[in-house]
Amino acid sequence: MKKDNAGQKADRSILLFSYFVSALFLSMAVYMGVFIETRGEEVTNHPYNARLASLADRVVRGSILGNDGTVLARTVTDEEGNETREYPFGSLFAHVVGYAAPGKTGLESYANFYLLSSHDSLSHRIMKELSDEKQTGDNVVTTLDVGLQQIASDALGDRRGAVIAMEPDTGKILAMVSKPSFDPNRAEDDWQELTGGDSTEARLLNRATQGVYPPGSTFKIITALEYMREHPGEYSSCQFDCSGIYLYQSYQIQCFKRTAHGNEDFAEAFANSCNGAFAKLGPELDLEAYGNLCVQLLFNRELPIAIPYSKSIFRMSPQAESWEILQTVIGQGGTLITPMHNLMIISAIANGGILMNPYFIDHVENAGGQTIKKFMPSVYGELMVANEAHALTELLTEVVLEGTGSAVRTEAYQAAGKTGSAEFDKAKETHAWFVGFAPVENPKIAVCVIVEEGGSGGSTAAPIARKLFDAYLLP
Amino acid sequence: MTNLVAGISRYLIILLITIYTYYNFRFFSMKDEEGRNRAVRRQLICMFMLHFLANLVIFLNTDSRLLAAFYCAQLLFFAGYLSLYRLFYRNVSRLLLNNTCMLLCTSFIMLTRLNPNRAIRQFVIAALAAAVTLVIPFVIDRVWQLASIPWLYAALGLTLLLAVFFSGDTSYGARLSLHVGGFSVQPSEFVKISFVFFIAAMFYRSSTFKNVVLTTAAAALHVLLLTASKDLGGALIYFIAYLAMLFVATSNTIYLGLGLGGGAGASVMAYRLFPHVRRRVDAWTDPWKDVADSGYQTAQALFAIGTGGWFGVGLYQGMPEKIPVVDKDFLFAAVAEELGGLYALCLLLICLGCFLQFMLLAFRLQAMFYKQLAVGLGTVYITQVFLTIGGVTKFIPLTGVTLPFVSYGGSSMFATFIIFGVIQGLYILKENEEEDDEEG
Ligand SMILES: [Zn+2]
Repeated sequence: MKKDNAGQKADRSILLFSYFVSALFLSMAVYMGVFIETRGEEVTNHPYNARLASLADRVVRGSILGNDGTVLARTVTDEEGNETREYPFGSLFAHVVGYAAPGKTGLESYANFYLLSSHDSLSHRIMKELSDEKQTGDNVVTTLDVGLQQIASDALGDRRGAVIAMEPDTGKILAMVSKPSFDPNRAEDDWQELTGGDSTEARLLNRATQGVYPPGSTFKIITALEYMREHPGEYSSCQFDCSGIYLYQSYQIQCFKRTAHGNEDFAEAFANSCNGAFAKLGPELDLEAYGNLCVQLLFNRELPIAIPYSKSIFRMSPQAESWEILQTVIGQGGTLITPMHNLMIISAIANGGILMNPYFIDHVENAGGQTIKKFMPSVYGELMVANEAHALTELLTEVVLEGTGSAVRTEAYQAAGKTGSAEFDKAKETHAWFVGFAPVENPKIAVCVIVEEGGSGGSTAAPIARKLFDAYLLP
Repeated sequence: MTNLVAGISRYLIILLITIYTYYNFRFFSMKDEEGRNRAVRRQLICMFMLHFLANLVIFLNTDSRLLAAFYCAQLLFFAGYLSLYRLFYRNVSRLLLNNTCMLLCTSFIMLTRLNPNRAIRQFVIAALAAAVTLVIPFVIDRVWQLASIPWLYAALGLTLLLAVFFSGDTSYGARLSLHVGGFSVQPSEFVKISFVFFIAAMFYRSSTFKNVVLTTAAAALHVLLLTASKDLGGALIYFIAYLAMLFVATSNTIYLGLGLGGGAGASVMAYRLFPHVRRRVDAWTDPWKDVADSGYQTAQALFAIGTGGWFGVGLYQGMPEKIPVVDKDFLFAAVAEELGGLYALCLLLICLGCFLQFMLLAFRLQAMFYKQLAVGLGTVYITQVFLTIGGVTKFIPLTGVTLPFVSYGGSSMFATFIIFGVIQGLYILKENEEEDDEEG
């Protein structure tokens, strides 16, 4: 029997419709598959997802290890099955490793999912099942260098502040110290004391990523970069005569301790950290472009790091008045930056303008030491072109050779860096900054130091950086 | 020990449903009767093994004799249903019959895990519906007048929808159900079917412009009544079924374009008019922005699916109770969490397989009325599946529709049994006819 014309047309429509629905369902299946594959871990770890906490009933939380396998945090179970989280180094890693109770912070929070997942060998897992024991969680091996962390902490001593070190070409965080610190072993017991009390103490605050400070003279790196962009080829020949006080309209800008730097060119002014010379550049700058540069360098933006942080703030508008401009270009005014952000900028310079995403976890391994997941270095983006990074490196090298960075000057390696002494309260000492890296020809380590009310960056912060450079670079 | 058995069963269950699903599609490329029979037999073996393993895990976790007895009752039901159908109707589509049982089996397992009382209720309704709808193929085969009473279908459907509009109970902002003698019934589930019969009968008469306009007007009245009751998911299903049937009846792309354009316009209107539509669209674009409030449902479903991963966390190991209305709109998420993303994907493919069987049948049928019935019912079914699974996986915004045969709900269960019964009827009709042709 032959089908009539209408029937044939109808059949074609049915076929078309079936194809359409099949395509729709296949895309939905793919969509769901992609979600499970790419977002599964993230939603499992989501703070609103109650499921992860229930894993703790079946898995003993894994350990957090240093880059050489030293235990930074582990769970100990006594005969009665009570679990205690132990931090063998006490306060040394308190902020970066964090604590697991009450609440979770630092890597204890970020790596929660890995620590509560078990990829133990099948035979072990079956044995534990049969004997009704909890599974052993995976261990997280960090990028943290225990020796360097200890040196950074000792060097900072009892002063408030932060020290961070990272590999500029990979983004691996080697050390992260914040003071004053606390003992995570006692976080639960000391909770009242830790959260109450004096606000300048703020022991729980990770100053390395959450503390915001005026950048002081370290901001001259950015002002210099903007000036170089606007005056390619001629910036190096600009001259300034410093008398210790620079007068502009009715305003005056002083150099640190009113030191008269005398006659200096651009590189010398940078090396001397001459406030007058840089304040003079301010009103000449294209403020629109300057603001854009700051945004490009991650001011007012999210930072690519996994632990909680504060955003840095740059708020000068292109219509700003003279006084604000004079202040802002030398790193005073309303600008605020976190030490972590300052480290990212100096690392990008060390790495030819490319910022690597900073990271803390090298790999995750099961109880038997087999690698389950490896984290690789990844590029965040180009903060400046290579030529600009090289020109800045030259200026930063001069700071060490001829200027305020003499504390890191040594025959053993060539370091580059910038000091800063940031004023925040006329009645108090300045915050002491140092950002830098070494060796210049092939940077292995970048460091950021801030000492609250530490006085001058050159005499307080730079020597701390020196200890880290020495420890990391010298045999 | 329990965990060990559960752990192994978890993977076996996924393996079994994968094999089952494979045969669901492999079947179509098989030409010989022997091979096809082998395929459906293997499907049944997979299903019964899966059913056993899942119930073993349930028993180990609950230690409940009642649930063990419940398992036996289910076993009896499946065996009885499968053999009675084949006894009464020699030419039944065994593939479709298997799929019905597989979907019910998944439903019983998940509901038992979530809420045993509801599972038992669901089971009783399913058994009742299965028994009653067993007669449908017989009716389809004998009563040829079905095509000649379009206005009776329309009158019946519209009356029921009007009744809901005036005296229905409200749930989640929509008027859905009527109380009849102690039972709560959702008429729109059944009116879907009369709606499809109405359109099929109308287009069977003729597909002239005048008739198309008349049919459209009556169909629009259905959709408007549903919208007035704020049953937007239902309205969408009716609308899409109408469009598909119109397209097949006329093969006219202008009508299709007009329909789609009208649908898009109506969606924009709904977005502007109804605050809860806006909320759902916003929650769809970014459920994470407001996890605690408007994005709550979607986020909970995604937590479940994401945490479950490909292989699931195993029965009783997850937290599906965290998901709102998990036994109805979100049952799919609970399946994905505990039985695994792969199981959920197989479920999706089985539903698609059912639809393709409907369409294949529509293709083979010659009488326009029957063709239209298969297309219409198939569309109603698959749209419902698409809206549920799409909503749960955040592929599309949530519409609050349930998954046929799987989600908890008596009316939906009954209506789906009727739809599948009608399709079986058409299938048997076609097979018998072909046999007669060969013999004659
Ligand atoms: Zn000076």
